Amino acid sequence: MKPAPFAFVRPQGLQHALEALAADPGAKVLAGGQSLVPLLSMRLAAPTTLVDINALPDLDHVRVDEGGVHVGALARHADVLASDHVRRAQPLVSLALSHVAHPTIRNRGTTVGSIVHADAAAEMPMVLALLGGSVAVASRSGTRTIPAAELYAGPLESTLHHDEIALEATFPVLAPVDGIGFEEIARRHGDYALVGVGAIVRVEAGTIASARLGYLSVSDVPTVVDVTQALAGELSAGSIEAASEVALRQLEPADDLHATAAYRSRLVRVLTARVLRAAYDHALDRARDRIES
Amino acid sequence: MSEELHEVRLSVNGVVHELRVPARRLLSDALRHDLGLTGTHVGCEHGVCGACTVLVDRRPMRSCLMFAVSAVGSEITTVEGLTEQDGSPEGRLGPVQQAFAECHGLQCGFCTPGFLTTITAGLRDNPDPSEDEAREMVAGNLCRCTGYVNIVKSVLRASEIARERR
Repeated sequence: MKPAPFAFVRPQGLQHALEALAADPGAKVLAGGQSLVPLLSMRLAAPTTLVDINALPDLDHVRVDEGGVHVGALARHADVLASDHVRRAQPLVSLALSHVAHPTIRNRGTTVGSIVHADAAAEMPMVLALLGGSVAVASRSGTRTIPAAELYAGPLESTLHHDEIALEATFPVLAPVDGIGFEEIARRHGDYALVGVGAIVRVEAGTIASARLGYLSVSDVPTVVDVTQALAGELSAGSIEAASEVALRQLEPADDLHATAAYRSRLVRVLTARVLRAAYDHALDRARDRIES
Repeated sequence: MSEELHEVRLSVNGVVHELRVPARRLLSDALRHDLGLTGTHVGCEHGVCGACTVLVDRRPMRSCLMFAVSAVGSEITTVEGLTEQDGSPEGRLGPVQQAFAECHGLQCGFCTPGFLTTITAGLRDNPDPSEDEAREMVAGNLCRCTGYVNIVKSVLRASEIARERR
């Protein structure tokens, strides 16, 4: 298994990288390469030029401010996962990252790269979509910000233009009244999940004010479902079942080598229940901690 | 049309090598074919098995998922670099290598270089792992001979040997 030949540039500055990318319609950006290199080796992709951005300056930041958790294009999954600031500001990012492949892959793979690779079976595209984050991208004509809701066009297809490079992903900080949950089931530890679910639940005066769920591996794109109405303010066996029904109407579980569609639907129900309870409890725990401190 | 070659300076086990390779040369192939460092083994060649794991700036990474041209400016450690200098011409086995020998942590040996590099870095981060943590440390590497029991033992023994040698 060897990649087909390609031209290679490793620019030292962003402008040079953007020009190199624009110069060849068959060019592709190489960051961590943990998804791209296997595709090249199996010849499922054959870009004519690789623009290696690993030498670009000032893109490996992991920063937290009131605007959110900002992750630069060269920050490795392992760097983001190791950050206590990130864990405090938006624990769903850290929790989901611990499910991304194995530590060895996380040492090289980048969070931003994973997001714009737009794999519906990957954790971080779903997390960005669930939290309503965004990606800042640059081209020769300037920069723009793409909200997560407009980022995913189809399987492995983002709405970045060919000549754009993603510079930074921003995840909103978790509001004090919110709690989160994340669960996935994979055939083996570190494998792609058969189904993964994330939840963000807002609890005000003991009542669920809003609840959103994010699903990976059950549709062609990361899918976010608002289940606030289905829950009608509280968690019960009935309201959770109603939430699962709402979710399944928007999902497209499919048969493949690893699981039947029926089994995937079953996992959606089981994991939806688990993450809703976890996120609700998390919100209550945070409220309790606020009162105590 | 002949393929363009790139001048690459690779620092491997403390030695700087200059080579001319096409951009598509995987780091694993550059190590084995261009530098003759055949200790790094290539199994699945798409990042699943872990046999080709090397340390890049002290962190374990899959050498089959990197291009040699992307490894410039990094210090690479392969299994050949895990031997410790003790004044003798060959040096002595590193703690993880010694533990694998003592605990029968390998049979055919194909996967072993990836385990040795991964565990070496893992023990640096966590010098005294529990059995669960030892198992977690090697969860990204496949071995088809041992059933992992003796590999987990080897991780724990390596931790002891490293302590004894300090």
